[in-house]
Amino acid sequence: MGSIQLKDVRKAFGAVNVINGVSLDISEGEFAVFVGPSGCGKSTLLRLIAGLEDVTSGQVLIDAKDMTNVGPSQRGLAMVFQSYALYPHMSVRGNIAFALKMAGQKADVIEQKVRKAAATLNLTDYLDRKPRQLSGGQRQRVAIGRAIVREPKAFLFDEPLSNLDAALRVQMRVEIGELHEALKTTMVYVTHDQVEAMTMADKIVVLDRGSVAQVGSPLDLYNRPNGLFVAGFIGSPTMNLIKGPPAAKRGAETIGIRPEHADISTTAGEWPAKVRLAEHLGSDTFVHADGDSVGPLTLRLEGEAPLTPGQSIFVTPREAHLHRFDKDGRRMN
Amino acid sequence: MAMKKSTRERVGITILAWVVAFLIFFPILWTFLTSFKSELDAIAMPPKFLFFHWTLENYLEVQSRSNYLRFASNSIILSIGANIVGLIIAVPAAWSMAFAPGRWTKDLLMWMLSTKMMPAVGVLVPIYLIARTLHLLDSLIGIGLVLLLINLPLLVWMLYTYFKEIPVDILEAARMDGASLLNEIVYVLTPMAVPGIASTMLLAVILSWNEAFWTLNLTTSAAAPLTQFIASFSAPEGFFWAKLSAASTLAIAPILILGWFSQKQLVRGLTFGAVK
Repeated sequence: MGSIQLKDVRKAFGAVNVINGVSLDISEGEFAVFVGPSGCGKSTLLRLIAGLEDVTSGQVLIDAKDMTNVGPSQRGLAMVFQSYALYPHMSVRGNIAFALKMAGQKADVIEQKVRKAAATLNLTDYLDRKPRQLSGGQRQRVAIGRAIVREPKAFLFDEPLSNLDAALRVQMRVEIGELHEALKTTMVYVTHDQVEAMTMADKIVVLDRGSVAQVGSPLDLYNRPNGLFVAGFIGSPTMNLIKGPPAAKRGAETIGIRPEHADISTTAGEWPAKVRLAEHLGSDTFVHADGDSVGPLTLRLEGEAPLTPGQSIFVTPREAHLHRFDKDGRRMN
Repeated sequence: MAMKKSTRERVGITILAWVVAFLIFFPILWTFLTSFKSELDAIAMPPKFLFFHWTLENYLEVQSRSNYLRFASNSIILSIGANIVGLIIAVPAAWSMAFAPGRWTKDLLMWMLSTKMMPAVGVLVPIYLIARTLHLLDSLIGIGLVLLLINLPLLVWMLYTYFKEIPVDILEAARMDGASLLNEIVYVLTPMAVPGIASTMLLAVILSWNEAFWTLNLTTSAAAPLTQFIASFSAPEGFFWAKLSAASTLAIAPILILGWFSQKQLVRGLTFGAVK
């Protein structure tokens, strides 16, 4: 229950191709995250799965059944919108119960299910309030409650945490992860935040301008990005990409080294550089430096590093973690 | 010095506002006062403002000469009835234009609006002839139909702008929740649009109530609303100003009272969507 398959799905709005032949397999119970920069088509892809948009060509299968021409109300999926999309004229109870009412369930069954969902999400005290009387985090929970109570084949999340402040986002991220553990239902989650992608996903789908750049587990994508795009997208701060002699020396057009995979020394090393800025977080230090021949570098050191702007340093990449890319931007092995 | 200036300014503007309001309201006030004068006092030169012999004879005469209640009930039936039917047509039309627009939607909206730009007198003869052929002269259905059709562009336009203010993702959420199109309109769209629908209905009722051109041309007695009631007091012998005033006051009183109590909704309706 809850497997989703996309077969060569294309979507065009007029003359503009937004999705260019995407094929995907999401297994039952998997937490799949669609990630990519703004405009890459991840929300459109989610809406195609939901049925809120029609495909231009291709197939959408849910539980191996062709749902390409089935309307959103009959696909058995539940969606949590970025803006929550709560019904403003209904109470929290009414919002959560709406889908059950549409399904024609009995009043006492509805009440029981609503109470259970509310208890799971700590909303019991707010059942009689209207959405405008709730905080952002509470509204988000109501949106999730509305989805849970339908016991759908899969949950679709469209950037649900974008409108929350940083602390709340971290908390909700954990709660959604725990929800997935508890319900074991398939979840498809769209975000532009690669930290959310890395922490929550079983499988990440990186999208670039309407096509799939790479699919894999978070660590797969982190350790073995298949090209410059994924290498530069996954990982925060971004991977250092270096062209020229240091790359040619290693037989590649471009080499990449993550900020945490380089060593800094004040005495000797491969690349001489000058510190531009050091960001001290307490747990880590981010050093932004200008390499003499390699261009700008960002480096991460554990703990506190007493580096100051203008200081001369030497950066040596750890060869085992070096990534090599050819002239087409593809990974070399 | 600055404080004093602004208080003076504010007082000045307030007085000016009251003066303008009084000037705009003056015709109605004069009609109201004249309705309590004798015919002689009504045409007195110089005009008498407040100091005349107040009498109710005009109201009594007006009511005895013609049945006010019949005209009033026709007005009510036509204004409310025609516009309820109008809403039933306009709500789905506005829905499709707001949420499922096609290539021609914008053109269609413009064309609908353009029908209001033509003077009614231009189509008086054809409409009169059609009404006569269909035996719809002086019938509630006949004039009701015409009132419905002249208001329909306004209803669709106003509902369209109100519906456009409703976030699409709330309707999409309803679809994901398993609501059919009808359920979506009944349980989600309409409740959210109620203030907009109420303002639209209010404006439409007021316009139909005051509609004089078609009501005077297409009705005589059976389906005659209050506009005919007023007109019947302008006789070939000349205007009976006092009685005309009494008739006018009786005709506009209901709508004036309705408008007073629903000012907020009216203002919202008239400035629909102008300030986003």
